[in-house]
Amino acid sequence: MPQNLAISVHNLVKRFGDKTVVDHVSMEVAEGEIVGFLGPNGSGKTTTIRMVCGLLTPDEGEGSVLGYDLRTEALKIKREVGYMTQKFSFYEDLTIAENLEFVARLYQLRPVNKHVDRTLEELGLATRRNQLAGTLSGGWKQRLALAACIMHNPKLLLLDEPTAGVDPKARREFWDEIHRLAHGGLTVLVSTHYMDEAERCHRISYISYGKMLASGTVQEVVANAGLATFVIEGERLDEVATLLEGKPGVEQIAPFGATLHVVGSDAELLRRTLEGVGKREGVTVMPGETSLEDVFIKFMAGSRDNMQ
Amino acid sequence: MKTAIFSLARLRALLAKEFIQMRRDRITFAMMLAVPLLQLVLFGYAINNDPKALPAALVVTSNDHYTRAMVSALETTGYYRFVTVAASAAEAESLMARGDVSFVVTIPSDFRRRVDSGQKPRILVEADASDPAAASNAIGTLATVASQALLREQGMQAVAAETADNQLQVIVHRRYNPEGISQYNIVPGLLGVILQMTMVMMTAMALTREIERGTMENLLAMPASPTEIMLGKVLPYLVVGAVQVVVVLTAAKLLFSVPFVGSLWLLMGAILVFVMALVLLGYTISTMARTQMQAMQLTFFFFLPSILLSGFMFPYRGMPEWAQTLGEILPLTHFLRVTRGIMLKGADLPEMAPEIAALTIFVFAFAALALLRFRRTLD
Repeated sequence: MPQNLAISVHNLVKRFGDKTVVDHVSMEVAEGEIVGFLGPNGSGKTTTIRMVCGLLTPDEGEGSVLGYDLRTEALKIKREVGYMTQKFSFYEDLTIAENLEFVARLYQLRPVNKHVDRTLEELGLATRRNQLAGTLSGGWKQRLALAACIMHNPKLLLLDEPTAGVDPKARREFWDEIHRLAHGGLTVLVSTHYMDEAERCHRISYISYGKMLASGTVQEVVANAGLATFVIEGERLDEVATLLEGKPGVEQIAPFGATLHVVGSDAELLRRTLEGVGKREGVTVMPGETSLEDVFIKFMAGSRDNMQ
Repeated sequence: MKTAIFSLARLRALLAKEFIQMRRDRITFAMMLAVPLLQLVLFGYAINNDPKALPAALVVTSNDHYTRAMVSALETTGYYRFVTVAASAAEAESLMARGDVSFVVTIPSDFRRRVDSGQKPRILVEADASDPAAASNAIGTLATVASQALLREQGMQAVAAETADNQLQVIVHRRYNPEGISQYNIVPGLLGVILQMTMVMMTAMALTREIERGTMENLLAMPASPTEIMLGKVLPYLVVGAVQVVVVLTAAKLLFSVPFVGSLWLLMGAILVFVMALVLLGYTISTMARTQMQAMQLTFFFFLPSILLSGFMFPYRGMPEWAQTLGEILPLTHFLRVTRGIMLKGADLPEMAPEIAALTIFVFAFAALALLRFRRTLD
């Protein structure tokens, strides 16, 4: 990679008791990149992010964040990283301005008032500065959390499912803001469940049961998965779905609105199976594009098998 | 669907859920067993409202058989245990001010001469009456026992002394609280108890609240050191403690007219050390408890022996040896000696130094423990 690496960690392992939550995860993120971190619930996303920002000590593995050693320079990392927790973790009994002042003082930003006012202005929170954080709606809480995380001009932003429970408009605005920040040179690692958000990232990494299964651009990840997808349109698709269940080559059947997506890794086998269906009255089968979601469903099914 | 007003099945579901939760919350569960047990043992064995074997000092100039008879008579009552023979009245005075002895028995140098010459002999018993309950029974038995012992001694000498006016005269001085007003003892003690209850509980909740609300994760992700976080939590409560002290001391003066014979500045200094120890203890609890509820239970767990074993509710000297040793490891015990010593007895710094030193040790021990327990990470 031509640029400097903001995150470069190798073979991170974290165990809680006898459960390995993160299992030899490596990750490289270049400066200015937005990397999406995907995976099912409990796959180790939060644990990995916490290790990157120094909140958890890895049991194995090493690496550097912003050029600082992960194990020995956690304090320096903390100064230059902004971390937005999954759950809102600012003080609900403080006002927006008071929360920001608290953060500004902890990072020793001077003068405090100037930094707070600028941040409030930039995020459009100025009119609500004296509102208690606890009375804010989900979208506003998220804005406040983001504002507090970027106030000290971090070089790396770690976002743990930042848009959970936020409406689509606020999500859109949030992502516009992320891209604006990345354009200014900020590196962003963001975990998410949403496919549309994954597609707004420069690159994505997919983790499942503590193991990194894939990383690259969305196109690369989809292409590397080697899946073929067919779209079936027509009447009584529920019957078609039942009919296809367990047939050779059929790995996923998912209704999408008025269509049915059928996915398999063996394109030829799947095509032959579907030929029969195509002969039914009022049903058409067309080759379709494999989506990121299809790929993830396959990953999830695959890793669950590994676990059993 | 059944719509019965009362369903055993539903009740069973609620009961089962409650028991599962009870079992999961280990600290609460331990507390439920430990608190009654603790209370039982402490109330049952340690607490004694008729304290025996109270430490006493003897001031004596001659070592004749009358003196020995007096001493052994007092010891056989079970109330007096002579721990030291003081060289001078001043030394005995200091022992009492420190609280090392509850009684000073002075047998004057002319005791033998007065007995032999048929004059009315006298002994002086000074009792630490700052806790009126502790001394009352011991004083009550005094006159009879001493007279009988002397008569017996004289009987052996075949000296008839049956007339009332040359019988032994026991002069009792109730020191520090001559009228035996129990408020004088309770109110300075309450200062310590109130501080202990509020300071420990408030700080114990402080850090746990951050963990419970999830703000701890954020705080740890920001550049704040453990010492900064600890001081940030502890110092505000020191201010609250200062306000409480002013309120309690003013009330002691205005409402209860408790005498204040010692140095106010010395007391303030001791209070500062005591409150520091308390808030740091609270903070230590805070690093152990997972929820605010647990923090409160741990506070209570510490509070109970503090009340019972410190000498606040029951005479410290009346407790068995093991309970007194336990009492020594409670900050409140030392603070009560300091506050009663300064307020009622006018003790000065050299006399109170051992107790203040003990409180200082608590400060450093709790601070070290808290910093050791505090995790900079979420591991």
